[in-house]
Amino acid sequence: MKEPLFLPREEFPTLIARLLDQGYRVIAPTVDQGAIVYAEIQSVDSLPRGWTDEQQPGRYRLKETGNSRCFDFAVGPHSWKQFLFPPLQRISTAIKGETGWTFAVHEPEIHRYAFLGVRACELAGMRVQDRVFLERGYVDTAYEARRQASLVIAVNCAVPSANCFCTSMQTGPRCEGGYDLALTELDEGFVLEVGSAAGADVLADWDLQQASAERMAASREVSLNAARSIQKTLDTQDLRDRLMAQLEHPHWQEVGERCLSCTNCTMVCPTCFCSHVTEVSDLDQQNVERERRWDSCFHLDFSMLHGRPVRNDIRSRYRQWLTHKLATWHDQFGESGCVGCGRCITWCPVGIDLTVEVKELCRDQP
Amino acid sequence: MNVSSNNTPPVSPWTTRPLVLQSRRPETPGVETFEFAEATSGIATGALGLPGQFNMLYVPGYGEAAISLSAPADNSGRHLHTIRTVGNVTQALFRLQPGEMVGCRGPFGTGWPLEACRENEVVMIGGGIGLAPLRSLIGWFRANPTGHRVSVLLGARSPEHLLYQPEYRDWEASGIQVHCTVDRATPSWQGHVGVVLTLMDRLSLPNPRNTIVLICGPEIMMRYSALEALERGIPADRIWLSIERHMNCAVGLCGRCQWGSHLICARGPVLRYDQLVHQWNVPAL
Repeated sequence: MKEPLFLPREEFPTLIARLLDQGYRVIAPTVDQGAIVYAEIQSVDSLPRGWTDEQQPGRYRLKETGNSRCFDFAVGPHSWKQFLFPPLQRISTAIKGETGWTFAVHEPEIHRYAFLGVRACELAGMRVQDRVFLERGYVDTAYEARRQASLVIAVNCAVPSANCFCTSMQTGPRCEGGYDLALTELDEGFVLEVGSAAGADVLADWDLQQASAERMAASREVSLNAARSIQKTLDTQDLRDRLMAQLEHPHWQEVGERCLSCTNCTMVCPTCFCSHVTEVSDLDQQNVERERRWDSCFHLDFSMLHGRPVRNDIRSRYRQWLTHKLATWHDQFGESGCVGCGRCITWCPVGIDLTVEVKELCRDQP
Repeated sequence: MNVSSNNTPPVSPWTTRPLVLQSRRPETPGVETFEFAEATSGIATGALGLPGQFNMLYVPGYGEAAISLSAPADNSGRHLHTIRTVGNVTQALFRLQPGEMVGCRGPFGTGWPLEACRENEVVMIGGGIGLAPLRSLIGWFRANPTGHRVSVLLGARSPEHLLYQPEYRDWEASGIQVHCTVDRATPSWQGHVGVVLTLMDRLSLPNPRNTIVLICGPEIMMRYSALEALERGIPADRIWLSIERHMNCAVGLCGRCQWGSHLICARGPVLRYDQLVHQWNVPAL
């Protein structure tokens, strides 16, 4: 790959313009509804310049930074999965004619997205979903098409939140591959690293200087500072076995009494992939569509056996979520399902913090 | 990003084939065997299904149900599915008449371990509708005699719930031992009474280490049958069970049928006891 380049701040709009010229729809962080959320943008003016987020368990607030940086925040309630694995997808149709049903797979419109501002933990989240949707036998062809068509422009995290623990999950804060382009924001501009041929194409014939040694050092310092500022930890040593040995720990009940089973943690999680398919029919049942929607293991009817819910209390549903994420994900996909982004902690209305619960659950039972 | 993982362009897992209902045969109360035929010619149906696998049968407007194959696939393009009417989809299937069409995805899932079936004495244990996925294996044994002893232990709530009764004579004529029991006898019942695992007492198992046990039925029955087999000296990795969980996508992409370590549709439904024992005794997992 090419040597890292330097993108002066005044040239930053040109990057967006090039993406738009090359037919990409640019999706990036924006300020909306009191949060930093991902939406389509046409210019750098839509980025959260001068904003940061303050996060605590069950708490998220925006705050002005007083500087003019565009990426001085952690992660918000959105993740890129909503573009690669949309919350609602039409998957197939059945149309009744004279000779019976005609079945067809719905071919979705595939957009060429450029995701701008992808964090290291989010790159890890994409890789986790790649495993689920692409690498375990059956391929989710719509996901594959969306993923192939998308361009990933990472931004190294400078300001992790109090709920971040990517360093424990070894997913960040520095982006180490899995991107087409990667930016590190400095006061005067960005260090720009090229990770793929598609990334290089975006920069074709653009006369950018190589990043100086000082700026390279400054870029590394951004990540070192970020890593140093992360306070939250999760001990992952033998975590799968430790949790699976505690499936009847009384603390599950204690968490179950606080958990509202609201599904927020699964909706904001960048790796949660559960879904269900429902029938959508016209009134005379001649034209039927099948829709696939995000689902959550916190729903009572998520797991059924002989017409009855398998996990009929919140204790068992919380246990399902946590043990899947941190333990049985290893059995199914050979890795953890958690990337340490902290969203489930921030967006839990009662502030349940899985890193705290895991410590309790792995304590010897009284 | 270029994330291409494999060579051939994959087919969408939502691809649905049309099947035409040929006939319905009443079996036991609320249970019938449906015969379907592929509506599209040119499908290599010989490859469509190993004993123990299942299809997703689809009634538009109602949805899909995972139904196991009740006969081994042959080249006729016909599929037998023994179905119990329990939910919305199966009730819709029970309203269909011959000539009407359903959708089908599949076959999916792991089948019974045919390699081990060839080389060992085999004990099949079926409870109620759980006999349906074993019937496809019985058909396979009849077509592929192994020279080893094959026994079938069957249990049902009452004599009228014993599935496939008219076929037992044919099975026995092929050298398969059939033992039946019912939970509640009727005045005309001459046979054994008691839960199905008590039939194990009737079997001599001289070579437990060269015997495999294949179980399908209600979870509680499978659990006690497996324990009984273990007690008889059959190793945990020689006991297979067909696990049931409500399935939605059938291809390991939706998470609905997860039970602990396994996505049942993709890793199962046929799993070995030693793959389940660590989670078997945890309620509501």
